[in-house]
Amino acid sequence: MGTPLPEGIVAVVKADCPTCRLVTPVLAELRAAGVPLTVYTQDDPAFPEGLDPVDDSDLDLSVALDLDTVPTLVKVEDGAEVDRIVGWSRPHWEKFTGIEGLGDGLPEMRPGCGSLSVDPAVIERLAARSTGLRSRRLELARLEDEAEAFFERGWTDGLPVVPPTPARVLRMLEGTTRAADEIVASVGPDFADCTVEKAAVNAVMAGCRPEYFPVVLAAVEAACTDEFNMHGLLCTTWFSGPVVIVNGPIATGIGMNSGVNAMGQGNRANATIGRALQLIVRNIGGGRPGEIDRSTLGGPGKYTFCFAEDEANSPWEPLSVERGFPERTSTVTLFAGDGPRGMCDQKSREPESLARSMAWQLDSVWHPKLAMLTDAVLVVSPEHARVFREAGWSKARLRERLLELTTKPLSEISAGAQGCAEGMTIQAGGVKDALGSPVGDGAGGDDVLIPKFFPDGLLIVHAGGKAGLFSAVIGGWARGAIGSVPVTREVKQ
Amino acid sequence: MSPAVDSDVRIYLDPTSERTAITRSLAERPASLEGKVVGLLDIIKPRGDVFLDRLETLLTERGLRTLRFRKPTFTKVAPVDLRHEISTKCDVIVEALAD
Repeated sequence: MGTPLPEGIVAVVKADCPTCRLVTPVLAELRAAGVPLTVYTQDDPAFPEGLDPVDDSDLDLSVALDLDTVPTLVKVEDGAEVDRIVGWSRPHWEKFTGIEGLGDGLPEMRPGCGSLSVDPAVIERLAARSTGLRSRRLELARLEDEAEAFFERGWTDGLPVVPPTPARVLRMLEGTTRAADEIVASVGPDFADCTVEKAAVNAVMAGCRPEYFPVVLAAVEAACTDEFNMHGLLCTTWFSGPVVIVNGPIATGIGMNSGVNAMGQGNRANATIGRALQLIVRNIGGGRPGEIDRSTLGGPGKYTFCFAEDEANSPWEPLSVERGFPERTSTVTLFAGDGPRGMCDQKSREPESLARSMAWQLDSVWHPKLAMLTDAVLVVSPEHARVFREAGWSKARLRERLLELTTKPLSEISAGAQGCAEGMTIQAGGVKDALGSPVGDGAGGDDVLIPKFFPDGLLIVHAGGKAGLFSAVIGGWARGAIGSVPVTREVKQ
Repeated sequence: MSPAVDSDVRIYLDPTSERTAITRSLAERPASLEGKVVGLLDIIKPRGDVFLDRLETLLTERGLRTLRFRKPTFTKVAPVDLRHEISTKCDVIVEALAD
């Protein structure tokens, strides 16, 4: 509290409370009896008349005293509270003040009313004020539709958002130990600093629960690295957006879906974590479709694309372990990807046969005749994973085989081959990858073998429902230093 | 009613960066390219070099001096050193966006 409590007795009242009005004559009796009395009033600064009330309509004193009820009498000695009573009770007031015969003609007792400082209508404002949230305040009149107000300001992804009241943002901030004013990342395309508080505002809007918030923060950090290149990903004419893959105990801890319909709708954590990241890119980074976001067709994943790996039933080590984190570490892996493309193989019971099916689907990423351009995530479902488990194929073996199967002679995939103008071109000095490095012997003869993917660009995860001999390929955007490198970050509480 | 208890107003927090974009005017265009150094910036999109090669030939035929520059990748903002170099060495710049 800014000012010390006045010595003697402090009474806090409000005009809107019948008990406060009832005790007004008693307060006058105390004043007349020479009791050092200071009256604070929460609503009408003129009430109670004749007692020189102090205006507490900003509720500073009421909050500082942590009042629940008015009237409250507080006894102050040496600037500190030593005792308090609430409501009206003749014997209590007499004992508290040491004066007999108070309130002649009044009923023996009356309970008090709620203090305005705990009124739901103002508590959010008080909470925000007392905790130093720095975001600009938006005031809406009661008759304004809050959902419409957020659409009109361009702050949504096209779906309604949860209105970010100070109280909701404060609850979101309870989900992390990080300070509200700490900077999480510089968010492209505007490269604006995103504080923990601003991330929380957008996480509220996305519909997150506070326990999801550490995952959101880790995803923002990962997305806004130079390697992941959120800026370029947002601006591209290609379809991709940030795909968030969650590993470790936090995934099950917050109830993420890694099973039936893992990449689909219906799970709050999956849906809102990915959405929060996209809202942050939109609202903090300034990435809006039609402006800096120039995607030709876009994709539904640009609303949200987030799922967890099913580690418990996987035949393989989790993606996070493969990417260098200790087991049971919670992580997010960000991948610049399109929507999932399904692949069916209901007949293969041998790993080689199944790998061939997967390789054909991987061939289709971007274009069957374009190679060395992109990465991909292969999401292996439980029924397909069983084939590899029973045959003893490690993840590394599957990846190696897929890299072999997707490698093609130039004669098959060169521009113009097979009656199609699109394809790989032989540049001066032979076949080069996107960064200008020679491929094969560099000579570019028809028999030079061109790999579709690179070993570090083929991610394999295990997810999905227990039924269905279907897996999925998530095609990538431009790979490597040209475009985006997958980035994994630990989720810290 | 005092402001603190005005229940007719609801408060929300602004989700944006709260930054205001700076409006910059375009640099003045030269009336003629006579005696100017023309920068040619390739963002490394496919066939951007084809376009710039042709432009370079045409400009050189007119007796103009050209300088070639190359972004490391079209997906990222040009490095600050490259932007600085272009601004100090060139009078005008042509950027080949290719798409």
